[in-house]
Amino acid sequence: MATPTIDRDAAVETPPSKKSRRAARIAEAAGAGWKLLIFKVVALGLIDALALYAALVLFQSEQWVAAIAVLVVTGVANWVYFSRGNLPAKYLIPGLIFLLIFQIFVAGYTAYIAFTNYGTGHNGSKESAINSLMLSAQERVPDSPAYELTIVEQLGEYSFLVTNPDGDVELGGVDRPLEPVDNAEMDGGKAVALPGYNTLNFSQIVANQEAIAAIAVPISEDPNDGSLRTPDGSVAYVYLSSLEYDEAADTMTDTRTGTVYSDVGTGAFTSPDGEELMPGWQITVGFDNFVRAFTEESIRAPFFSVLTWTFVFAFLSVFTCFAMGLFLAIVFNDPRMKSKKYYRLIMILPYAFPGFLSALVWAGMMNQEFGYINVVLFNGADIPWLTNEWLAKFSILLVNLWLGFPYMFLICTGALQSIPDDVQEAAKVDGASAWQIFKSIKLPLLFVAVAPLLIASFAYNFNNFSLIYMLTGGGPRDVTADVNVGATDILITMVYKVAFVGSTADYGLASAFSIIIFLLVGTISVIAFRRTKALEELN
Amino acid sequence: MKVNKRSIAAFGAIAAVSALTLVGCASGGDADSGEENESAGEITVWVDADRAGVLEDAAKDFTEDTGVAVNLVQKEFGEIRDQFVQQVPTGEGPDVAVGAHDWLGTLVTNGVVAPVELGDASGDFEQVAIDAWSYDGQVYGVPYAIENIGLLRNTDLVPEAPTSYDDMIAKGQAAGTEYAFLVGLDPEAADPYHLYPFQTSFGAPVFGSNPDGSYNAGDLQIGNAGGQAFAQWLASQGAAGTGVLNTNISGDLARENFVAGKSPFFLTGPWNVPAAEEAGLNLAVDPIPSAGGQAAQPFAGVQGFFLSSESENKLAATEFLVNYIGSEEVQTALYEVGGRTPALTSAYEAAVAADPITAGFGTVGTDAVPMPSIPEMGSVWQYWGVTEGAIINGSGGDPVELWNKMSSDIQGAIQ
Repeated sequence: MATPTIDRDAAVETPPSKKSRRAARIAEAAGAGWKLLIFKVVALGLIDALALYAALVLFQSEQWVAAIAVLVVTGVANWVYFSRGNLPAKYLIPGLIFLLIFQIFVAGYTAYIAFTNYGTGHNGSKESAINSLMLSAQERVPDSPAYELTIVEQLGEYSFLVTNPDGDVELGGVDRPLEPVDNAEMDGGKAVALPGYNTLNFSQIVANQEAIAAIAVPISEDPNDGSLRTPDGSVAYVYLSSLEYDEAADTMTDTRTGTVYSDVGTGAFTSPDGEELMPGWQITVGFDNFVRAFTEESIRAPFFSVLTWTFVFAFLSVFTCFAMGLFLAIVFNDPRMKSKKYYRLIMILPYAFPGFLSALVWAGMMNQEFGYINVVLFNGADIPWLTNEWLAKFSILLVNLWLGFPYMFLICTGALQSIPDDVQEAAKVDGASAWQIFKSIKLPLLFVAVAPLLIASFAYNFNNFSLIYMLTGGGPRDVTADVNVGATDILITMVYKVAFVGSTADYGLASAFSIIIFLLVGTISVIAFRRTKALEELN
Repeated sequence: MKVNKRSIAAFGAIAAVSALTLVGCASGGDADSGEENESAGEITVWVDADRAGVLEDAAKDFTEDTGVAVNLVQKEFGEIRDQFVQQVPTGEGPDVAVGAHDWLGTLVTNGVVAPVELGDASGDFEQVAIDAWSYDGQVYGVPYAIENIGLLRNTDLVPEAPTSYDDMIAKGQAAGTEYAFLVGLDPEAADPYHLYPFQTSFGAPVFGSNPDGSYNAGDLQIGNAGGQAFAQWLASQGAAGTGVLNTNISGDLARENFVAGKSPFFLTGPWNVPAAEEAGLNLAVDPIPSAGGQAAQPFAGVQGFFLSSESENKLAATEFLVNYIGSEEVQTALYEVGGRTPALTSAYEAAVAADPITAGFGTVGTDAVPMPSIPEMGSVWQYWGVTEGAIINGSGGDPVELWNKMSSDIQGAIQ
């Protein structure tokens, strides 16, 4: 504590020190701010230009909300930085913008999704669902011939000039069934032009492909014969649609079975006996996802065992890592310890590897028969590290300890070094033992600094998806149980399995779960932070 | 001064970043340029890095012939499915993307793919490839490569192909190597994909078939008598039996051991051939030996290119798919970079004639069945592997009971 005092004295005695010169500069800048003003104008001008460009692009692609948001945010920023006063806002605005984008928007969007049925089969708008159903319903009539096609145009209306495999030439258009023509210009057995009509070349076809792809030319007056459509502009095939959409009644009719599918408000066309046509579309479903989260059998049955293990895992992870980190920090903080720089460097290493990679490496090392741990460390023992229910839980904690202690070591080292030595010296003078100093002085002071980090660490481990997923995948699973949940599954991995099993994804349910987990972790954190306030009063 | 300057500069950076982020969120820029170029004609194709080079050449030809530009966007193969599903409904998706046929269930259920009319060209492709890319009677893509597993044999250790599973084990033991036969398994989830040929050799496919060859999700066959016989066989080959199937030998360990000459047989796909060839092994690809007496049918995975249902350039995109990606030139070029058997019959025959390893996998592939792409398959995987793992490890009790339990669990999950 002696050195800083000397420094301070020196600063007082020699007037033109660095600090005072800088203070003078700041005072001068605050007074005559023309340089600052120019800088401000240039910087804000650049930002405004960028924002304007962004807004234009957004308006053009009809992203109204985002465009208006960009303009409003830029407007507010301009007002804040050009007005006099508003000093707090000048400092807060950048942070607030980040908060808005990365926290509030994300949380709000998740909450919104939680109230929809967004997921496999309910992926887009009703319009695109109808479009997609109609596309898939177009089936080529089996064994029907392919027609050579030339697209011709007259007065802005397109017609199909087709040559059937027998060499007959016919012409037809939308609502104009095919009729034979005899004056077509032929080229190698294919009709390529017709007097009075313009023949479209490929680039003209491409330029109007949306209109052309939509053309269906009836084969005859009888709609059951099907109609000609072209997938590529050069060949036409006979298609029959297996579905018919009635726009007025908003129903889909299966032309083969006569079943009528109607929109019953569940986000899909549904037949009277409950069969749904997929794809459906996205709708809001109220609290359905939250109800399902608590009633679905695959979730309800293992919920409490999984919840318990999640708490145990999160708590023990924090506790073991903190205990180990603190112990090492105290050891390496001891002045008698030599070359601590190098030891500390090595201590950080596990922290420097990507966690998921370490988890995979550990999974290999814990292989029952060929893993390094069994083969080398246990001399060929047959320990089922990852396939026994309890050992797997232990392994998870062990690997997490390896991954997590360097962080705790770092923050404990920092916190320990910030505890003033004189407090300890005073305690020593008063006759306290080393244990008493640690327990009554160092630890409480340490907790003031690290308690918020411990809470954050708890929240992190509560959702430590990558470790569980990479190391055990939630397993081992009890094959005699009905549900796809293993012994080491925590809430978030269970949710992942429930919401994203195989090729189906249920974003609505997953979002509802993340909100439930958020409420859980949030509640615990609030309670814990309240507690730490008591600690701060120690100081 | 310094303080203020810095905070303003920082704000500038932040505002710029946030503006860009917002633009990025909306990704309006791409859509905009796409719309502008539409009159000139442009199709956007999502393709993985390996395929991009070949497609560049095909795209150049296409543009020369038709005047339609092709915008190739490189994507990570594994991410294409989900990004396609998410982006197509917003109108920001591509016109065409590369993918695997077992994505079809997801893609069709989400309404993001459109059928591709191959027309008379459909007869030019291998039947299994067309079957794989069919869904509800419609073809949804142009296939380019077929991939299936086969039995890799180290010809220095065993000169002749085995005739049955037992014969293979006998030959493997006679070779005197550490392992008679290798297949990569997972300690927990075994590997239903690699074990499937043995399962089908007992006459137990996952699903029954419709008359048109597609899978019928209502007809779960996995728990039939053949399936139960397979379960018993698994137990007899597992930890409590001969120990040939060992769940501690992962795919990596199996490859390592095979490359080191520790086993004459390795049940795997073409992806492990380069490693073995680099190690100087003399290889042959044999048909997968039958364990249950019937034909051992592996799953075939078929890769192809498919069309977006929201594409505004369907005619041009279909033209590109059918007549360029479906051409022998492109199919052969794709085979040369990927090593997977081509799906177009003419390209397939040329590839088979030129390379005995490809011919070997191709021969096995004639027995292969498409991996089911129906969404119900997701429910199958989650019970299938762990049950096989438990049976092999002898950890769950009676194998037939476990198998029946799995079958009823799958049945319950499907409904």
